[in-house]
Amino acid sequence: MTKSQLIDCIAAKAPHIPPRRIEALVNAVFDQMTQALKEGERIELRGFGCFGVKSRPARLGRNPKTGEPVPLPARRALSFAAGKELRERINRACLALDSGSEAPSRRPLMADRSTPVLTSSSITAGEEAPRI
Amino acid sequence: MTKADIIEGVYEKVGFSKKESAEIVELVFDTLKETLERGDKIKISGFGNFQVRQKKARVGRNPQTGKEIEISARRVLTFRPSQVLKSALNGEAPPENHAEIDAREEEADEHDEFDESDEQDFVEEEDGKP
Repeated sequence: MTKSQLIDCIAAKAPHIPPRRIEALVNAVFDQMTQALKEGERIELRGFGCFGVKSRPARLGRNPKTGEPVPLPARRALSFAAGKELRERINRACLALDSGSEAPSRRPLMADRSTPVLTSSSITAGEEAPRI
Repeated sequence: MTKADIIEGVYEKVGFSKKESAEIVELVFDTLKETLERGDKIKISGFGNFQVRQKKARVGRNPQTGKEIEISARRVLTFRPSQVLKSALNGEAPPENHAEIDAREEEADEHDEFDESDEQDFVEEEDGKP
């Protein structure tokens, strides 16, 4: 899906708003986000995820062709972590595909605590799941 | 910045009704979520690409006990910022061939579907809190 397809899709869901306005609004959303990240601000979108800016120190890289050391300046890099809801939704769809027609439970495998298998939801639940 | 700040900013910038701004901002993220849930990729030019990747089951280790455990197969979401966004973060102008670099990286991603090492499987503490 591209940005223009996203705009079309939203236009279909909001037929009472002229498509031109939707386009302007969608562009403004990504502009806002870019601006915030540029200022080093973190973006927290409940259910979707978090965007953050991390500083990477300067380091000595290497030209892989010649093996020559190349100084690399300190940089700011973007990090994104999907939020819990989205992570679970993405995995639920996956489990649904795996198990055929049966509807997957919300927290598969969590019922049987003796099973030493971590699901994404158990890993990310945090409290008792060990971090690997 | 939260969704409320985005709504406010969008409203100030575009100047239609507040209700309309709120509605569209919600629809943007709802639509993105639905699309990713289906496993489709999202490409926002000038911002970045979201991609759902399939991870195979693998053996991990509890760092506290050293015990081996199986980490189940799963799908993870990755975001790769565009060259334009990366440059903006560093106060630079985007490279002239930014579209070309993005296309090349995307191409590399396609051939890298099952690489387990380069992306994090789960998140650090910065994850969105409820």
